[in-house]
Amino acid sequence: MLSKLVSIETLKPKLKEMRFLLYLLQKNKLTKLALYVAVGLFLVALLAPFIVPYASHIRDEANPSNKLLPPSKEFFFGTDELGRDVFSRVLYGTRISLNTAVLSVGLALLIGVPLGAIAGTIGGWIDEVIMRITDIFLSFPPLLLAIAIVSVMGPSLQNTMLAIALSWWPWYTRLVRGQAISLKERKFIQAAEAIGTSSYKIIFGHIVPNTISPVIVQASMDMGGVILTIASLSFLGLGAKAPTPEWGLMISTSRNYFLNAWWYSVFPGLAIFVTVLVFNLLGDGFREILDPKTRKN
Amino acid sequence: MGSYIRKRLILGLIVLLGVVTITFTIARVIPSDPAAKWVGPRATQEQIQEARIELGLDKPLIVQFGVYLQNLIKGDLGYSLRTHQPVSKELAAFIPATLELVLLSFLFAVIIGVPLGIYSAKKKDRLLDHISRLFSIGAVSLPTFWVALFFQLIFYSRLGILPLGGRLSTEITVMFDIPEITGMILFDSAVTGQWEIFKDALMHMVLPCITIALYPIGLVARMTRSALLEVLNEDYITAARSYGLKENKVLWSYALKNTLGPTAIVLTLSLGYTLVNTFLVEAIYSWPGLGNYVATAVVTLDYPAIMGATIFSAICYVTLNIVADIIIALDPRVRL
Repeated sequence: MLSKLVSIETLKPKLKEMRFLLYLLQKNKLTKLALYVAVGLFLVALLAPFIVPYASHIRDEANPSNKLLPPSKEFFFGTDELGRDVFSRVLYGTRISLNTAVLSVGLALLIGVPLGAIAGTIGGWIDEVIMRITDIFLSFPPLLLAIAIVSVMGPSLQNTMLAIALSWWPWYTRLVRGQAISLKERKFIQAAEAIGTSSYKIIFGHIVPNTISPVIVQASMDMGGVILTIASLSFLGLGAKAPTPEWGLMISTSRNYFLNAWWYSVFPGLAIFVTVLVFNLLGDGFREILDPKTRKN
Repeated sequence: MGSYIRKRLILGLIVLLGVVTITFTIARVIPSDPAAKWVGPRATQEQIQEARIELGLDKPLIVQFGVYLQNLIKGDLGYSLRTHQPVSKELAAFIPATLELVLLSFLFAVIIGVPLGIYSAKKKDRLLDHISRLFSIGAVSLPTFWVALFFQLIFYSRLGILPLGGRLSTEITVMFDIPEITGMILFDSAVTGQWEIFKDALMHMVLPCITIALYPIGLVARMTRSALLEVLNEDYITAARSYGLKENKVLWSYALKNTLGPTAIVLTLSLGYTLVNTFLVEAIYSWPGLGNYVATAVVTLDYPAIMGATIFSAICYVTLNIVADIIIALDPRVRL
């Protein structure tokens, strides 16, 4: 039903706006680099099953004779305690992290955006109730709510996603509510109201599509934090389970060997760092070009 | 002013009530059978049935919530599944070690983060500003648990200058009587003048503290920089400069004063982050604090313990938020 309301035609100008933003982003060298690396990471994630050197090492396949070998030409990042290629696993980990992060953020958007649009458009006591609930969710320190939820639902990557979505949605609700309040005063919404369009259609057909660009910007800025949260939860034992090549989980397992096999913990950690850094740099770039105070041209 | 603070406190209480409602929902409503969770995976049917009655799960949810609230107010957080001890008693034993860590890293955030931010703003767009900006973004992008391992690898394994973990060396615990006043060894040993213990405790704190402080240092430096840059654009600064006042005087006595508000707010809020970050770091440094307690509880799926720590941390976070709001209100420019 939503796809019928949000037609390609209404999204076209939004896409143009996004392209303009991307153009602005490229003007800062560091941000430009981050943009390219981010695209590269998505490509790696997409192609991971085809480009990893040792595809069978993604699973539990043990190869004891190659146990904990240091980095070499054969194994760029060395091998782990089961003799698996760390490079293949780190590479594949990109797919797991990005996939989980995108789905978590997507789920959070699915909860947060409609609630924000409803709160902002309808106002009154509905707005009051929704916003107080978001306040309460936001009064948990980040990560903590996710830890509590997963520990009760049982550790798995699906539950991690759900937990992250449940602790992240209030941010989108706040953002979209603010947008909706200003959009509500615009002529085209008032015209739609005047001809008796139902509030359902106004919210999902007019308000939501018009909040898409700030929402996408915000969501991309959040990717870094979400990836870090996923890795942290897995590290605590609340996320992916072995043999999944998830970065946080790899570091957690490597703890038993790291004094003798530094490569086993260093490379997955670097992967997390680079990925999170890239998204944070992008976020910073976005913030800079969107803030009228720092946007000079 | 007074009425604002009163209003803010009442609002804080309402938020706390909401927070507790969520933890109640997580603990009692989400699991399909909380009684089975409560008694653990190896319990028999009868034990589960007994637990159901003991926990009052046979009563309607609203009654359960009332009892839950009553227990919370009495400080009763239930019993740990792993140790069968009251969770509140266990938390009380673990909190001082974490508090010590959080406070010291808070100090790091102030004495490194603030000057870094000021310097960056002063030298805007110069090399050092770029480096400090990159450091700030880098610091918030680092997985703390990995940094902890990395530090151990370098400072313990390679250089051998700092201990691997724990609060004190074994020799020290054997040779000396460790004073127990607040449970914070650094403070206790300083007060009683036992410098041998103080030195050893400090050496053990360096790595965990720096690891935890990285995030707030980055955050505080960024905030100080942007707040200072904003203030430096104000008319009164231009006026001060046009009077021919020295740049240092303008910066230190005119501009900096007005950036204290935002910096203080970030500092208070980053305390909350730091607290949760200890969950990821303490286990690596074998630091016997709240974080280690949670990490162990997570592994054994000891969920009353996790919920207890969650409620405690959430209460701290809400309180810090209120403090931050009151700091904003103290600024005479903010009319409430």
